[in-house]
Amino acid sequence: MPSLKDLRNRIASVKATQKITKAMQMVAAAKLRRAQQAAEAARPFAERMTAVMANLAGGITIGPDTPRLLAGTGSEQTHLLVVCTAERGLCGAFNSSIARLARDHAVRLMNEGKTVKILCVGKKGFDLLRRQFEKQIIELVDLRSVKQVGYEQAEMIAGKVLRLFDEGQFDVATLFYSRFRSVIQQIPTAQQIIPAQFEAGSATATDAVYEYEPDEGEILASILPRNIAVQIFRALLENAASEQGARMSAMDNATRNAGDMIKRQTLTYNRTRQAMITKELIEIISGAEAL
Amino acid sequence: MHFELVSPERILFSGEVDAVLLPATEGDMTVMPGHAPAITTLKAGFVVATDSKNHGERVLVRGGFAEINAAGVIVLAERATPVEELTPERIDREITELQTRRDGTDDDFARRAYDETIGQLEEARETLKL
Repeated sequence: MPSLKDLRNRIASVKATQKITKAMQMVAAAKLRRAQQAAEAARPFAERMTAVMANLAGGITIGPDTPRLLAGTGSEQTHLLVVCTAERGLCGAFNSSIARLARDHAVRLMNEGKTVKILCVGKKGFDLLRRQFEKQIIELVDLRSVKQVGYEQAEMIAGKVLRLFDEGQFDVATLFYSRFRSVIQQIPTAQQIIPAQFEAGSATATDAVYEYEPDEGEILASILPRNIAVQIFRALLENAASEQGARMSAMDNATRNAGDMIKRQTLTYNRTRQAMITKELIEIISGAEAL
Repeated sequence: MHFELVSPERILFSGEVDAVLLPATEGDMTVMPGHAPAITTLKAGFVVATDSKNHGERVLVRGGFAEINAAGVIVLAERATPVEELTPERIDREITELQTRRDGTDDDFARRAYDETIGQLEEARETLKL
């Protein structure tokens, strides 16, 4: 039976924890708003770019001169998985669900006899995948010192991916991140970025015949590498919003749990206290009666 | 004519203008209402948008492309800095950064690309001083 002092201490410690989780929830809410704005501000660029690219790619027949970023290397032997996760924990299942999706993907590819390479963006994903895929992980991009992800970071990661591609290190690249649907719903997503794929209907059928300067092929060749950076940028922004959303709901849950726990413990505390008073009274009365 | 200047992070300019001067890779071009639809890549340089009051809006862009259609002009620039936020020192810093990167690679093709951009930025810096 814990003493009254023990119970008091326990309640105090749960209360302190609740204050922390509450603060984290509010911070996450504020950050989420900012992350969402950033994601929205980035949308027009990505949409325009995809539209132009889809138009260009639609008019080009795949041939030996087609850029390899669009046509592929002609083989599917080596896969690069770019796994984007958060740098920090305490955000519910956010990191583990992305890692799980990547893991399933990697295992499936390996069972098919393909070679898998993994590029981790964000420390948490690296921690989760390290044990199983120690040999496959080629690099960890650490964004811990970055407060707000900008296009520069996306460019840097895209640079790494493109360098590997130019060196012939892989044939297919897939990007793993979490799409932000709402505060309570984030969808882990796998998106193939090399060779480029277009969602059906992204090419707007225009009657206008464009003049290309320089020619279509060259424009396509200059847009394709940029598109990688844009896609990665979008993934990072979606991830940032998802992370804060996940953290917000996780911390909301934690605060509520702490509240329940405090209520339960206060009840035990009061009961114990009353039992003790009753016991003391009985002792006094029976002592007086004995006289 | 509608003109939109979009960077990956935000929309920098959106509004009605009379003419837009674009630093296209194959030479500068001015787009006025009724221009034939075109898509062109851009080099580093100034995009100048002139509105009806003959006010100029100058923005330094680095890399990107422009789409011209019946509705207007859309410039997608990877890096864009409005001239008000621009100082020669800032361009100098970018040039130094590019030089470091150029010296870091031994890929001839990449070096040449860096050299080209550096030259274009130096040109932009000179224009800015005027």
